[in-house]
Amino acid sequence: MTETVEASRSSTPTRRALIDADVHVEVAKADVLFPYLPDHWIEHIRQSRFKGPTDNDSPYPPRSPVAARPGSKPEKGPAGSDVGLLRQQALDEPGVERAILNCSYAIDSLHHPDAAAALASAVNDWLIAEWLSKDDRLRASMVVPSQIPELAAREVERVGGHPGFVQVYLPVRAQHPWGTRLYRPMWEAINRHGLVAGIHFGGAPGNPPTPSGWPSYYFEEYAGMAQVFASQLTSLITEGVFDAWPTQRVTLIEAGWTWLPAHMWRFDKEWRNLRMLVPWVKRAPSAYIREHVRFTIQPLDAPPSRQQLMEVIEQLGSDELLLYASDYPHLHHADPIAFLDDLPPDLARKIASENARNWYKF
Amino acid sequence: MVATQLAPSERVYTRPAFIDCDFHNQWDSPKDLYPYLAKRWIDHIETFGMRNRAGGTYPRFLEDKAGTWPPSGRRAASEPQYVKDTFLDPERVAYAILTPLGGGGGIGNLDLSAAWASAVNDWQTAEWLDFDPRFRASIQLPFEDPPRAVAEIRRVARDKRYVQVQFSGRPHEPMGRRKYWPIYEACAEYGLHVMSHAFGSYGQPITGTGWPSFYIDDHVGPAQAMQANVISMVVEGVFEAFPTLKLVSAENGFAWLSSLCWRLDSTWHLLKQEVPHLKRLPSEYVHEHLYVCTQPMEEPHKPRHFLQMLEHFGPSVDRVVFATDYPHWDADDPDLAFPVQLPPELQQKIYFDNAAALYGLRGEG
Repeated sequence: MTETVEASRSSTPTRRALIDADVHVEVAKADVLFPYLPDHWIEHIRQSRFKGPTDNDSPYPPRSPVAARPGSKPEKGPAGSDVGLLRQQALDEPGVERAILNCSYAIDSLHHPDAAAALASAVNDWLIAEWLSKDDRLRASMVVPSQIPELAAREVERVGGHPGFVQVYLPVRAQHPWGTRLYRPMWEAINRHGLVAGIHFGGAPGNPPTPSGWPSYYFEEYAGMAQVFASQLTSLITEGVFDAWPTQRVTLIEAGWTWLPAHMWRFDKEWRNLRMLVPWVKRAPSAYIREHVRFTIQPLDAPPSRQQLMEVIEQLGSDELLLYASDYPHLHHADPIAFLDDLPPDLARKIASENARNWYKF
Repeated sequence: MVATQLAPSERVYTRPAFIDCDFHNQWDSPKDLYPYLAKRWIDHIETFGMRNRAGGTYPRFLEDKAGTWPPSGRRAASEPQYVKDTFLDPERVAYAILTPLGGGGGIGNLDLSAAWASAVNDWQTAEWLDFDPRFRASIQLPFEDPPRAVAEIRRVARDKRYVQVQFSGRPHEPMGRRKYWPIYEACAEYGLHVMSHAFGSYGQPITGTGWPSFYIDDHVGPAQAMQANVISMVVEGVFEAFPTLKLVSAENGFAWLSSLCWRLDSTWHLLKQEVPHLKRLPSEYVHEHLYVCTQPMEEPHKPRHFLQMLEHFGPSVDRVVFATDYPHWDADDPDLAFPVQLPPELQQKIYFDNAAALYGLRGEG
């Protein structure tokens, strides 16, 4: 196996085509959004010294190793807030042909529905003006006030026609599983605009991240987020999201993916036993997952040996599920480029660019 | 049925005698427990009910497995003699670990929670442990009230037929939180293990993202809920503080064990400065301290993936213990549960040796 990899490396001196399905931009502080906010909310923010919705429960503790890899902080502001530096480090240096921007601004933490809607619109207009229009390699996920499905649908209608938006950002932690019927107006709008739903690590809905309540350490939240992703996957399928909208695509972003075979085995078995409870689910859950769901590769959460890693990839049952992602400027344990370098060339090519090109219709 | 049933000696077995690590003894009605309750609590229950935290109500359409219902019309697994005649003897059950559900840990009134747990324990001792020497039992606890839980452990643990304490799958806080440490300290003192059994307690959803709609979600979910408890026990340092303690996972599946180890280890490389109390790789704590019951058996898409999964377990292959979940609708048949023929050595470990080592049980599988 190693010999094949070496041979392929020497015979392909040109750079590998790369599509990065997860690059982060950061709203440095609330007044960055003032050009895109109505006067009412500008005054409100100034009067209350509101710093923005991610003060205490950020999915990336600002000074932790997760938030910023070495060298990614611009002179002013947090990592991912400067378009010049991001262009250089996330696009030019790795040779990325397309990157999808995600903004983890915690719109979902705001209980005031009008504030959530106004800030979501401001973030989207900021993304258009200050990112998408600056470099044609960039695409983005729009943010929506997802806690109020009707308002989320309205925001999708407002900016869903912009060619730069390819996806709707939904935090994996929410007040309810994303498949539940109350979100149908949002799904209807997402599907009508042909957008991918990007379910992303994090979220600040105010309810605990585990079925047993609140953990003590960020470590637990980070590691345990994989289980929340698994629960969302269960919900999307049992509720019939893909039966109601057979063209809907969902990407799980920063979910990890080595847990997927075990989840599909269990879910398929439960479906065989209990499918009379959800008769609209016509096929095994794994069949829906392989058709409708993709996974970004970072964090990798790889087994200790390459052989085991290849076995897990084989257990996925499809070579189309994984999408390359750097998660720039965040840092995880594994290096995703080294992961690609270690794969058989055909598979590496698919994960590096082909799968994302097909999935996002670039 | 009775006429055609072979006597145990005539039956040909394809597997060893086994230790059933998840056997649900049940009461037919809460009234079965009244002989073990003070009149004050009987009156209370008759007037106000038990008042658990709400939630987790789904139409299920499923009851206990056919063949487990005694002819008396009482509930399945509520008559020890019927269990002995139709399950323990003919299936060659070497030991069965009693894991009753509804032990009172989730009852809101903490005094009733403690009284109910004590009643269940006394009922187990008198009507099950004393009935057949193959039974071992799990101490029911008012686990949301740790001082009372410790008192119950001290009251019951002198009876060595109690081999562990039993938590519900979703206590009010993640299992590693300091609140519960006095319970673990008492367990370590008495050499008891801690079992976390799927479901129970409620009041909080089976997901980290709110309530799902269907029982199928609830039945897929224990794998996620248990992983949250394993993460909590490992990361909050329970196994550093109590190095002899073992955590037993019941009815949560087990294929997730390897990917959880991989994720925990990669998280540790990134975030270990937040948890300096951890002295080893998280996976090492999992491999040493976590036992997993087999039911509901994993059924990978390709049978060879089952053995591959166990190879990925590494040392944890010695921590996989067989369980039927008798008498529930999804109970595993001890003859037919595995999706592949196991090599004899592995079969012996999972059916008998691993659990015998865990619980200090003698005999032959």
